[in-house]
Amino acid sequence: MANSKSAYSIAGKKQKNDTHIIVVWVDNEAGVLARVVGLFSGRGYNIESLAVAEVDQKENISRITIVTTGTPQVIDQIKLQLKKLVPVHKVADFKREDKNVIFKEMALFKFVANNEKLIKAFKACKNYNPVVLDKTKKSKVIQITALRREIDKMSKNLTKFGLVSVSRTGAVAMTRGSDVFK
Amino acid sequence: MPKLYSGAEIVFKCLEDQNVSHIFGYPGGAVLPIYDELKNFNSIKHILVRHEQGAGHAAEGYARSTGKPGVLLVTSGPGATNAVTALTDAYMDSVPLVCITGQVPTHLIGTDAFQECDTTGITRPCTKHNWLVKDINDLSEIMHKAFEVATTGRPGPVLVDIPKDIQFQKTKYKNYRKVKKLNGKSHDNFSQKNIDELIKLISKAKKPIFYTGGGVINSGPKASELLRELVYSTGFPITSTLQGLGCFPADDNQFLGMLGMHGTYEANNAMYSCDLMINIGARFDDRITGKIDEFSPKSKKVHIDIDPSSINKNVKVDLPIVGDIQSVLASALKTLKKSKKNFSKSNKHQISSWWEKIQKWRSKRSLDYIGSEETIKPQYAIERLYELTKDKDTYITTEVGQHQMWAAQHYKFNKPNRWMTSGGLGTMGYGLPAAVGVQIAHPKKLVVDIAGEASVLMTMQEMSTAVQYNLPIKIFILNNEYMGMVRQWQELLHDKNYSESYTAALPDFVKMAEAYGCVGIRAKTPEELDDKIIEMLNTDRPVIFDCLVDKQENCFPMIPSGKPHNQMLLGPKDQKDKKITGKGRTLV
Repeated sequence: MANSKSAYSIAGKKQKNDTHIIVVWVDNEAGVLARVVGLFSGRGYNIESLAVAEVDQKENISRITIVTTGTPQVIDQIKLQLKKLVPVHKVADFKREDKNVIFKEMALFKFVANNEKLIKAFKACKNYNPVVLDKTKKSKVIQITALRREIDKMSKNLTKFGLVSVSRTGAVAMTRGSDVFK
Repeated sequence: MPKLYSGAEIVFKCLEDQNVSHIFGYPGGAVLPIYDELKNFNSIKHILVRHEQGAGHAAEGYARSTGKPGVLLVTSGPGATNAVTALTDAYMDSVPLVCITGQVPTHLIGTDAFQECDTTGITRPCTKHNWLVKDINDLSEIMHKAFEVATTGRPGPVLVDIPKDIQFQKTKYKNYRKVKKLNGKSHDNFSQKNIDELIKLISKAKKPIFYTGGGVINSGPKASELLRELVYSTGFPITSTLQGLGCFPADDNQFLGMLGMHGTYEANNAMYSCDLMINIGARFDDRITGKIDEFSPKSKKVHIDIDPSSINKNVKVDLPIVGDIQSVLASALKTLKKSKKNFSKSNKHQISSWWEKIQKWRSKRSLDYIGSEETIKPQYAIERLYELTKDKDTYITTEVGQHQMWAAQHYKFNKPNRWMTSGGLGTMGYGLPAAVGVQIAHPKKLVVDIAGEASVLMTMQEMSTAVQYNLPIKIFILNNEYMGMVRQWQELLHDKNYSESYTAALPDFVKMAEAYGCVGIRAKTPEELDDKIIEMLNTDRPVIFDCLVDKQENCFPMIPSGKPHNQMLLGPKDQKDKKITGKGRTLV
């Protein structure tokens, strides 16, 4: 018999992980992001991406959007633990597959190449609302908005057109239709 | 024009409004303005400790034994970091604490000033919430909010960090109004439907058990009364976690003793085999559940807790009820009485074979040990201490280790708030300062710290506090010269490689007591034990009692790591009677 040399139990069976988007409305005050992020790192939860900004200046409310993975039990814990934080007002949780929710990330691509390649690069981006933000003879900065996996794919495919630098945001989310999350 | 108050004055005005009568603390540069005001507020007595960790544990002892929040006041930098252990301890065991720390002046924050540290950053994960006061106009509001957060919902520690310049600045004092609705963080949102479901489960159960924890004690003495009523009116067996001891009388026949790693055979087997488990204010801690995958496999589980995040955290339950224990129990009792009169009588037959089974487990007498006439067995020492103190309203604190488990097993608690121990964090050195805090709150009562010689040395300096304030605490040391629990694990799991668990140089505790200005007593044989304990009880001063006990004794019964409840390891007596073979042997 395997003799456990530990005062603790052995880890149980691993469950399947799902990707969820957690949206948290918080008081925009010093340290609030640290509280939210610290809760994730302290309890061993994942953060795949993070987006945060003030959305209501009058009420001083910030909206934090976190993409995370975990078992259903872990996702439940994340929500319940977040709700316990004093500056947290409400917490919403969406599955990534949820058809009723829009997810978007933004990316900035910098290309350094000859004109021909720069034109090709722009064309390659055409499905993702490309905007040229800066242009010189040798370079271009293009902004796109898309899903995470689309941006992942793009950043891989565009290297051949002289992609030299990528900067991207975390995902932001919003429900479709007239309903507002309360 | 209204009167202007300094930040330091506002701190005390808030404490007065919150009915705080004692604070535990230690002065230093960044809190001097607050200490300067102390003389002007007669209703608040300051207890000077010898180390900030001691202030924290004393405040915990005070809080646990009274139900009121404990308050500590410490300086910046090392003052704050020294308090971190106590804050974490209070966070794990849900003890309401308000910690006020000094901070370097606002303009020096971030410059690595003398005795500066990022106090709010360091304590963020070990408090329910903390505040750095940057504007004097926020101070009173934050102070009152701090008390509110500490004491509502699941209680816990909070911290208010006040820079020195804010302590000097002046402003108006905003009067405190107690608000009923608390921040939306107090959760009492169960419905009658939940209660009806609970009663339905109760009436159907054939093998039920109540599993109760510290939440019952935190909910107030009324909750313990209601729990007793519910247990009597159902006739169900009840077991308790370490923190829940005392909310149900330990000498009652329906009480199966403590459960978990060092719980009784009957409690753990009943947990394993039950068909209905009603968890009241406990949190399915890993010391309780053992192997999660095999935890009570056949039962319906009900979980009553004020903290929604405790539900389904470790164990999935069938009926969660989120609410204050007291109000949940009150509704449950009301519904039970209305729908099923004389339930305990009418239901007696349904659970009679369950009780028979429990009696069979009980007959194993899993807490028995082999007595000795030459050396004092630690269990015997606690039994004698119990017998000689049970007629007094005794408050017991403990350190952490074997002695703590023996105290939990052999000292019988009949009232809530009489048992202060570090369960979640397992802080060695908790018991002595906690005893100081308990004695401050209950000056006329008997307060005993059941200690181990290794633990007690971690906060021994607080004896000096006890002497200063004439606190007749009794430090009852079960001295086996080992870090006993470490030694036990090494014996059972690491092939008796007693790596660094023996303390080769210990102080003479009797002389040490005398050096501190208190009384030292030593007991060496079982024969003299009673007389010495009586001598201790008759001494109206702090006492260090050095009880020399068997050095090899292990704490049984025990669930080895990674095992379910029904695979317990019993004591040497049982092992001798029935030789353990096969699986069991490799564990011994």
